[in-house]
Amino acid sequence: MSRKKGRKSLRCKKCGQTAVIYMRHHRLALCDHHYVEWFINYTQRTIDKYKMFTRRNRILVAISGGKDSLSLWDVLIQLGYQADGLYIGLGIDEGIQYSERSLEAIHRFMAERPGLTLHVVDMKETYGETIPELALRTRRGRGKPCSVCGLSKRHIMNQVAREGGYDVLATGHNLDDEAAVLFQNTLHWQTGYLARQSPVLEATHPGLVKKVKPFCRFYEREVAAYALVRGIEYQYDECPFSEGATTILYKELLNQLEAQAPGTKFQFYTQFLNAREKGQITFHEKGGEPVLRPCRVCEQPTTAGDLCAFCRLWVTPDMDEEAARMAVPPLLATPA
Amino acid sequence: MLAKQMECAMAKIIYRDKEWTVQGGRPVREILEELQLNPESVLAVRDGKLINEETIVEEEDVIKLVAVISGGGR
Repeated sequence: MSRKKGRKSLRCKKCGQTAVIYMRHHRLALCDHHYVEWFINYTQRTIDKYKMFTRRNRILVAISGGKDSLSLWDVLIQLGYQADGLYIGLGIDEGIQYSERSLEAIHRFMAERPGLTLHVVDMKETYGETIPELALRTRRGRGKPCSVCGLSKRHIMNQVAREGGYDVLATGHNLDDEAAVLFQNTLHWQTGYLARQSPVLEATHPGLVKKVKPFCRFYEREVAAYALVRGIEYQYDECPFSEGATTILYKELLNQLEAQAPGTKFQFYTQFLNAREKGQITFHEKGGEPVLRPCRVCEQPTTAGDLCAFCRLWVTPDMDEEAARMAVPPLLATPA
Repeated sequence: MLAKQMECAMAKIIYRDKEWTVQGGRPVREILEELQLNPESVLAVRDGKLINEETIVEEEDVIKLVAVISGGGR
């Protein structure tokens, strides 16, 4: 009984109702209603702060079926943006029907929000191989398909955004994702990556679409809380290939620091961005900026030869131009 | 009988494929500490509703913990 005495219950700062979440680094407790309101407004502030896009722009949202991407789509719709979704069917099963269940989560989400547009690109149907099959054939990534998966997703997202005439590609990366990557790149002094990591990647080449991360200032916990409060039934399971991923290790380490010193993750990431923006820290690419040339098949920029890394997965030396274009076909039935 | 009474006074915690029976009448935060779970990495849900970490877990409550960390490339 004595332990209960003197304990302060957490109340919403706005209305005094029972809080559903307390964000230590913001020193802010909110009820479900005011949390949703705060989360949506904070997303808008991030979009404005980094000049991500306006309501005149068409946005393509990369949708995996997880909490981050579905929450991002939900928020952008509520803010009145023109936001369509893109789902890439990776063909990952591994005994838990991972890809199938991810698409089911997206369909449930869309059923409750009529009028949304989703583009679906299925790896097997489009290229003839799932991601695990592709990884086995190409032997990239030492038995883990994460390398070809990342390469394929980046390429397909950019291609669909270009074909669909979208102004910007939005992904659901949160602050924990960004802080973990920053941590990893700092530990290994990956100066090239440190120079480029940003909430906004501008379209620096005609073949590239601008990329943005509107959730980059939310803790992963906050995005999960938003999804739960909004009743979004996302895909809870992790990609079966992510087990043991270094990203998870770095996230856990950062969360241990966060538990001891609230705000550590937030400071680590945002102060890095601030310091770099002010020129307090600078990184120089060895040998200067890489020279980008358009891939002869897909026209996306590449630093290596006349074929980009993605087209090299599918185009063989014996293929003529037409066969090469068939191997990496257009993805939208009616390009804008 | 005593054991049975004690069992009734306990709360159930479910996290992924694990399940614990713990003493109720104390906040979520204390229970997470006891289970050596980082409060930054999980959210607590009771009766389908999100609850904050200072919420008192009552006897016979069933608390579901939701992992918030996802990994790999996106």
